[in-house]
Amino acid sequence: MADVNRGNRPLSPHLQIYRPQLTSITSILTRVTGNALIVAVILGVWWLLAAATSPEYYAIVNGIVTSWFGDLIFTLSAWAIWYHYLAGLRHLYFDAGKGLDIKTAENLGWIIVIASVLLALFTVIVV
Amino acid sequence: MGFLTDRKRAVGRGASHTGTEHHWFMQVTSVGLAILIPTFIFYFGSALGSTHDEVLATFSRPFPAILTALVLVVGLQHFNKGAQMMIEDYLQGSARKAAIIFTICLSYTLMGTGLFALAKIAL
Repeated sequence: MADVNRGNRPLSPHLQIYRPQLTSITSILTRVTGNALIVAVILGVWWLLAAATSPEYYAIVNGIVTSWFGDLIFTLSAWAIWYHYLAGLRHLYFDAGKGLDIKTAENLGWIIVIASVLLALFTVIVV
Repeated sequence: MGFLTDRKRAVGRGASHTGTEHHWFMQVTSVGLAILIPTFIFYFGSALGSTHDEVLATFSRPFPAILTALVLVVGLQHFNKGAQMMIEDYLQGSARKAAIIFTICLSYTLMGTGLFALAKIAL
């Protein structure tokens, strides 16, 4: 085997070195929203389990889900899921090798930020 | 293994040693979720906070039940792999292993619980 340098390679500079840009912020938000959605999934599955168990248990969990805490979680998650949704579509577009010049990438960034807020408002109000 | 040259060992596999499998999995599940999620948000959002009878009625119907099951199975595997990617970026050594194992367990626990609840309501 060749003498391979394992675990002692130079690291590239991390986040705090760079000036925040729209493209980096939208990328970070994709990760944050995607992982934060697990909170809504935990609440949602618990709520579904309660509905499957008994009317009494359902009343308790449904009370939590519709309390200010539940409203906060699900309202934020409505935005998070739409943001992650649009950002994912943007990633698929990038993966196809399109929209990678700076102007298009930044325009797409603004589009997903604005559209996700509008879709979240639509979801919270209509659904 | 011992007979492979270093170059042969590395070609097409990248830093992860598993090639493009992870990326391809995320692409496939994201396309699947892109189709499932809008309709799911409508059904789930409408059912959330409604009466117990209404919830049972909604998830006893085949379409919302199958849709929710698919969202749980595909969505949680997508979460599982995505969270693993985040963990690998920020944690090393045993903490990394523990966090990844915890994420996998959490994903499958939620998947199992959700599917059980759905089966119990729908059948």
